[in-house]
Amino acid sequence: MQRPQRAASETVIEASRGWRGFGFGELWGARELIWVLCGRELKSKYRQMAIGPLWILLRPALSTLVFTVVFGGLAKLPSQGIPYPLYALAGLLPWTFFLEAARAASGSLADRLDVISKVHLPRMVLPVVAVLSAAVDFVGSLVLLAIVMAVYRVVPGASVLLLPAVLLFTAAVALAVGLWLATFSVRFRDLRFGVAYALFGLMFLTPVAYSPEVIPPAWLWLYQLNPAYWMVEGFRYAVLGVGSTPGLACVAALAATALLLLSGAAVFRRTEASIVDQA
Amino acid sequence: MSGGGDFAIRVEGLGKRYRLGRGGTLFARRTETLWALRQVRFEVGQGEVVGIIGPNGSGKSTLLRLLAQITEPTEGRATIRGRVGSLLEVGTGFHPDLTGRENIYVNGAMLGMKRREIDRRFAEIVAFAELERFLDTPVKRYSSGMYVRLAFAVAAHLEADILLVDEVLAVGDLAFQERCLQKLGSLTRDGRTVLFVSHNLVAVEGLCSRAIRLDHGQVAALGPAVDVIRDYIAGNRRAPAALNIEARAGNGAVRIVGAQARGTSSGPGLMLMGEGLEVVLDLEAQAAARVSLSFVVATHMGFKLFNASTRDVQQTVELEGGRRTRWVCRVGPLPLRAGAYHLDLGVAGATANDTYDYLPRALNLEVTPRDVLGSGQPLAASDGVVYFPYVWETGST
Repeated sequence: MQRPQRAASETVIEASRGWRGFGFGELWGARELIWVLCGRELKSKYRQMAIGPLWILLRPALSTLVFTVVFGGLAKLPSQGIPYPLYALAGLLPWTFFLEAARAASGSLADRLDVISKVHLPRMVLPVVAVLSAAVDFVGSLVLLAIVMAVYRVVPGASVLLLPAVLLFTAAVALAVGLWLATFSVRFRDLRFGVAYALFGLMFLTPVAYSPEVIPPAWLWLYQLNPAYWMVEGFRYAVLGVGSTPGLACVAALAATALLLLSGAAVFRRTEASIVDQA
Repeated sequence: MSGGGDFAIRVEGLGKRYRLGRGGTLFARRTETLWALRQVRFEVGQGEVVGIIGPNGSGKSTLLRLLAQITEPTEGRATIRGRVGSLLEVGTGFHPDLTGRENIYVNGAMLGMKRREIDRRFAEIVAFAELERFLDTPVKRYSSGMYVRLAFAVAAHLEADILLVDEVLAVGDLAFQERCLQKLGSLTRDGRTVLFVSHNLVAVEGLCSRAIRLDHGQVAALGPAVDVIRDYIAGNRRAPAALNIEARAGNGAVRIVGAQARGTSSGPGLMLMGEGLEVVLDLEAQAAARVSLSFVVATHMGFKLFNASTRDVQQTVELEGGRRTRWVCRVGPLPLRAGAYHLDLGVAGATANDTYDYLPRALNLEVTPRDVLGSGQPLAASDGVVYFPYVWETGST
């Protein structure tokens, strides 16, 4: 009755010491799982809703309306010559993507404790799925941008080709934040509120509702070290063709993001091994 | 015991330490620790089926969690040869809003199956679960039995070399439990290596060639399943039948402070086949209360056999506040077969549906074999939970 012996893989289970690498190989091996889980996430999110995926358009539309009344109408914030509603929408879309992705990724382990305490799967899959699902919503919401641009008769230039790069950059920052916080959110449930407030605060340090023209030029370099600055300004540049030329600060922000992502992955790998014990 | 070369699982000095009382706060750091598993050492040969038994808290689940790589050991190591499939729970990650078909793919992927593998075995999975008609219905509309069937079907069709199975069979109806055990049996005949954790000693004895008994995180016995189980039952008999309050529920207005179940001529926790059963409850009420008392006798797999409730016989129990009161229930001769049973105990409002105290699996009851059919031999364990006197005759056609 012996099963024919094959070159069976050997797994050694023991306490890990120190750092355990970045786990990107394991992640690549689990790409099918990532795909299936993204489908699960999106299907379950929209299935029980009366207007389903229309929410992807409705939410930024409503936010834009509020921003237009409060910041464009009452505060009269500048918008680099672009009609304010369009300008605000082009800031809100990448910002919302980042916000949702970072939030979902940070809570991805704590939300799925039922799963990670019962099956062995490459856990880095969960924050990645969180970011990817948010990216799908984001791409869907671009329909709204296309409509508003058509209304204002704004045609994107060749710079629109930069869009995938901007999307990738935004996803990378969100994933980095998520990887850093996901395991700690399991141990300290209150971290979630802290993250929500920190991101809320970060929005005001990012040119979402206003144009960076309002920042005193002497401080602009500091202001531009915020990676979120480049998400929003990069997106506006790609679709509307406005914005500042990337300088040294952009390189610094990119480097910081790469560093944040790698360190986040390493920290995640090191802390996830026994995370279910601490829930 | 397998030789050196052809092991599927080799465990060497494995240990797991948990920190107790470690809340979420940064400030309260307590360093009290507990070794859930210590110096565990055994080997499982390829194609072997090994059962793991032991009382609650003996480290059975911790061992499976370590081997399934849910968490890391504190010390020691385990080496596993081949692809591992773990059934620590049925239906992990099922989403209520998704259909049966969608959940098969999601759950399968989580268990480590490739899409092609699921495609290939899809028809088999659906046929096993007997859910052809409901494939495109969201699983939230499934009955709990359908849900469990689907979940077990996915897990059982995992193409793994080594299966780690926790007590997943304690769910579903009796007929389905039977089929799950059959399925496990056929997997083992295919040469799969299986590590099977269970309270169901009958199932362990039926499926496993060898068994490991854990006690306080250490290997207390290891050998042929029949021997390990026999010693375990014998050991249990000497142990005091303690009241298990682990899963206590209810508002606490009345508490069961002591309880005992025994055969009329046996010691606590023990009963001979065919004996009457005596259940003693010691109760304490905070204030005077009118309550109903009940207990349920269930098999070790959790299948409820019968319920004895004061309410069903139109009896009311009056309790004085702050005083201990004892109530005893005597049940006539029980036709239970030999094996492990347990009792759930409950105290509820006499009329309203308040639960004052509820203790699932509160007491163990070990029914020991006896010659109840007059054959000259104690009645052996076989199919069924109960027995009745019967006569076989040849008849004219």
